[in-house]
Amino acid sequence: MIYLDYNATTPLDERVLSEMLPFLKEEYGNPSSIYSLAQRARNAVEKAREQLAKLINADPKEIIFTSGGTEADNFAIKGIAYANEDKGNQIITSQIEHHAVLNTCKFLERRGFEVTYLPVDKYGVVDLEALEKSITERTILISIMFANNEVGTIQPIEEIARIAKKHGVYFHTDAVQAAGKLPIDVEELGIDLLSLSAHKFYGPKGVGALFVRKGVKIAPLLQGGEQERGRRAGTENVPGIVGLGKAAEIAKEEMEEEEKRVRKLRDELERRLLSKIPEVVLNGHPQNRLYNTLSICVKYVEGESMLINLDREGICASSGSACTSSSLEPSHVLLAMGIPPEIAHGSLRFSFGKFNREEDVEKVSDVLPRIVEELRKISPFWE
Amino acid sequence: MLEYSEKVIEHFRNPRNVGKIENADGVGKVGNPVCGDVMVIYIKVKDNKIEDCKFQTFGCAAAIATSSMVTELVKGKDIEEALNITNRTVAEALGGLPAIKYHCSLLAEEGIRAAIEDYKRRKGSDD
Ligand SMILES: Cc1ncc(COP(=O)(O)O)c(C=O)c1O
Ligand code: FES
Repeated sequence: MIYLDYNATTPLDERVLSEMLPFLKEEYGNPSSIYSLAQRARNAVEKAREQLAKLINADPKEIIFTSGGTEADNFAIKGIAYANEDKGNQIITSQIEHHAVLNTCKFLERRGFEVTYLPVDKYGVVDLEALEKSITERTILISIMFANNEVGTIQPIEEIARIAKKHGVYFHTDAVQAAGKLPIDVEELGIDLLSLSAHKFYGPKGVGALFVRKGVKIAPLLQGGEQERGRRAGTENVPGIVGLGKAAEIAKEEMEEEEKRVRKLRDELERRLLSKIPEVVLNGHPQNRLYNTLSICVKYVEGESMLINLDREGICASSGSACTSSSLEPSHVLLAMGIPPEIAHGSLRFSFGKFNREEDVEKVSDVLPRIVEELRKISPFWE
Repeated sequence: MLEYSEKVIEHFRNPRNVGKIENADGVGKVGNPVCGDVMVIYIKVKDNKIEDCKFQTFGCAAAIATSSMVTELVKGKDIEEALNITNRTVAEALGGLPAIKYHCSLLAEEGIRAAIEDYKRRKGSDD
């Protein structure tokens, strides 16, 4: 099998698993209890908090563990909205956010908040002028993703943070796709809140974190016990958190090497597919893009049919085609970038990771042109 | 990935009657308003019988499989019989479709109807 869908999720790193195992077995203590079994669980959670804080250059006290990226996004947006209602009711985000952000914003819109969805250019970059213009007296939060999951475009985070700061508005970034892949320094970049998720960088599913800068006024999403210093109630997912910490430590250490290796593979596949298949367009920013992501639109063919044929060859990829989504609408990201629906129909995303090798590039660049050729024979638009 | 029946996958992988018919007696071009797929069906008619039928489809695996199946179903049938073919007939012949994919089989039904209407219209103007 050739797995090329690392933006969807990643396999667990063996070293992460080894670190987690004791906490799935004999180290089952509840971190809130008194005895030494519990103390060990508590220490493990705090160690993970430090490991994660180092990944993004935060203070461990600024890390709150969650059940994943979705909860972190919900927490950031609803938490800021509810805690700052006295200051205003406007939230600014972009049209290409993940649904964890978009649907949270829509939910708040129905409850009296005002949301501005910023447009993006053809590469998927947020319009900074539009951002600055849309800020009002009532703006309480700007939430713009670090890197896009579908096309990989990286946003000008530092500039956005600067604009937010200038206007005294909190800045949240959904860094679920960037964390573990790119170096992130929340201090240097001036980020107030940041979401991340373990399963996108070889950690377990169902665990993530929200970084909340010291002094930021935020309301908890969950009410209950005093865990996470009263900001996220519920007995900690100790094995998950331990896994997240270890995954963060490994990512920090190996990121640079991984980037070099993976970028080469991605670039090579990009070069080959663009030259071997006629009428293919590259999606996302040509340079400012996640080094592991390759998103293309193959004209006159549909994504699902390509995916099924790829799957037959043991290749796992994804598509933003309407036919592959349960809503039967094409990807909102591609549409926001101005790609017409019929072209978005033929979108394919290959996202690379740790276990990809050159042979994978060989195989895909061998197989896909044939698949496209066959499907185009059926297409009424291909002559 | 969606759970398609073996029959759907088989027709998707080896679609029957792909292509255009030059000098077709009827051509039906239909689009799917739900997701934007397009199907073109060509028929050749002799003595009120569909002698040949071909298709071109830009769409998902279900759309391709239902196109393929509908061309098989109508071949050799009278015009009236062919008009009785519904999307259900096509879906059933394929061993069923995932719920979300039923709309794709509608395209096949509409495609064949459109081709027959086109045939009737042309015939009418010939007379
Ligand atoms: C950009 C982005 N945000 C949020 C999420 C949701 O994260 P999780 O799956 O951990 O809930 C994802 C994962 O698909 C993502 O890619
Ligand atoms: S034709 Fe689009 S889902 Fe089948």
